[in-house]
Amino acid sequence: MSGILVIQEERGQGRNRFSYEALAAGRILAGLTGLSMETAVVGDKNTPILAETSGLPPTTAYAVQHPLLKHYTSDGYALAFEQLIRKLHPAFIVFPHSYQSRDYVPRIATRFGQVLISDITGIETGPTFVRQLFQGKMSGSYRHSSDGPCFISVQAGAFPVDSPQAGTTTILPFEPEIASDAIRTHPSEPILGSSQTVDLGSAQRIVSVGRGIKAAENIPIVQDLATALGAEMAASRPICDNGWMPIARQVGSSGQTVSPKLYLAIGISGAIQHLVGMKGSQCIVAINKDADAPIFEVADYGIVGDLLELVPALTEALRAAGH
Amino acid sequence: MRIAIAIKQVPERDAQIRIDTTGRWIEVDRIQYALNESDAYALEEALQLKEKYGGEVIVVSAGPERVGVAIREVLAKGADRAIHIICDDIGERDALGVARLLAAAMKPENPDLILTGLQSDDLGSGQTGVIVAELLGLPHASLILQVEKTETGLRVKRELEEGWFQTIELPTPAVLTIQSGGNKLRYATLMGIKRAKTKEVCVLAAAELAVDAAPVVVLEQITLPKKQKSTQILTGTAAEAAAALVKKLKFEVHVL
Repeated sequence: MSGILVIQEERGQGRNRFSYEALAAGRILAGLTGLSMETAVVGDKNTPILAETSGLPPTTAYAVQHPLLKHYTSDGYALAFEQLIRKLHPAFIVFPHSYQSRDYVPRIATRFGQVLISDITGIETGPTFVRQLFQGKMSGSYRHSSDGPCFISVQAGAFPVDSPQAGTTTILPFEPEIASDAIRTHPSEPILGSSQTVDLGSAQRIVSVGRGIKAAENIPIVQDLATALGAEMAASRPICDNGWMPIARQVGSSGQTVSPKLYLAIGISGAIQHLVGMKGSQCIVAINKDADAPIFEVADYGIVGDLLELVPALTEALRAAGH
Repeated sequence: MRIAIAIKQVPERDAQIRIDTTGRWIEVDRIQYALNESDAYALEEALQLKEKYGGEVIVVSAGPERVGVAIREVLAKGADRAIHIICDDIGERDALGVARLLAAAMKPENPDLILTGLQSDDLGSGQTGVIVAELLGLPHASLILQVEKTETGLRVKRELEEGWFQTIELPTPAVLTIQSGGNKLRYATLMGIKRAKTKEVCVLAAAELAVDAAPVVVLEQITLPKKQKSTQILTGTAAEAAAALVKKLKFEVHVL
């Protein structure tokens, strides 16, 4: 057991923030444990993210390369990083929590008899790892109680990107052994779905509706409010899953990320998958019947009550104020 | 196609949850439970595959006696039979410990396909299906919205992020973790509820499966989450609260 290994993901231009946050979490862990830190990414030494983070601690970066890693597969990535971990014997391995890491890291952890502590939002002395439970209604502190390596993945947005002291980074190649028949799944290139046809990203005001609306027949009262406000309509995932609103208007990790001046969350409890898509909004207003709903953790203004009464009242108040 | 589906019973979404006196779990006395949401979508996918290609849907769940209610619900919607792994210490086991139970119970069934929901609404660790695949030496695909059979195996639609998708081809037997929203969910019919009572539920004690139960990660404490912002709560009647909000938005936030 030696240090901390942070696995980065090269996602393409301007989309590597998840990895910087994983590095920030790694540095917090290094501060708490006194362990040194290394990093690795799939790609050659010219992989952009290595240049972007070059000169910052950690000082050693592994460029993990193999022709069979050109396209992501869980089998390929699990084999590659399993071999790197066996070579380096890190005590902690830190990943950004992404659709990719959640797909392959549990495989590696299982090979070491370990369990990924997924989607963490904090690291405290011990170290203990904090993550959300019950859709954000509770917070749980987890401890690793094994001699083996500890696997953690870091929630997007939970660890602010820091600017550590500059140094020099040595990039070392690492070539795992992967047989072509070890890759059992055959992925296509990514395809853009229909959800980008409505651009909510540039909307100034958004009225967003969630599960609390109860029935499709109640959607028009929210539509009236949006009209009075001159706002775009949006929804949380369950509403789109039910077919009550088009998937093109879904906000959250599987939909669009928005940052309007005003985000009005109607009957949205505030599960993390939704919060990551809207917590950058300048002013967040929540209307919810449950005073303990996690949406109130990020809201600037809140009204607790029955949205079927509150939404028409708000539309009325806006019209009375000349909107 | 023989399909095994793992389900989890979780506290109902609107349940008022309170931390218990140990500080390590919630008060369970008055909690209403429900079928985990993405598991309901996994079940729907399993039932549709069975309707299209024939075969059998076997539901597997681990947990105390109360889990029997969720199992009956799934049988009422159309699953053929069930395996209930009676496990009173399920809360003490980590994701690997639970996956070991599920994998050990599923293995003798030789399923062509294993389905799980993407993640649970209570712990949300989102990895049980992937661990089961690893334990059984099977390929897997996660975040799946659609499944179709091909000559050599399966073609599935996988959700990526921010509106992107991909298709994946993989051989069977395989494990898929199902994302919500791929299908419209069905309700149990009266006939289904009646039939469920006569369907076979094989009850196994966790100890019979002889798997390692010792956790490597431990949930030590649960607390209320820290607030990230101080929220101004507006009170009064609906009309008063609405008028107060409009004033705030106009004169404090200047967004109107």
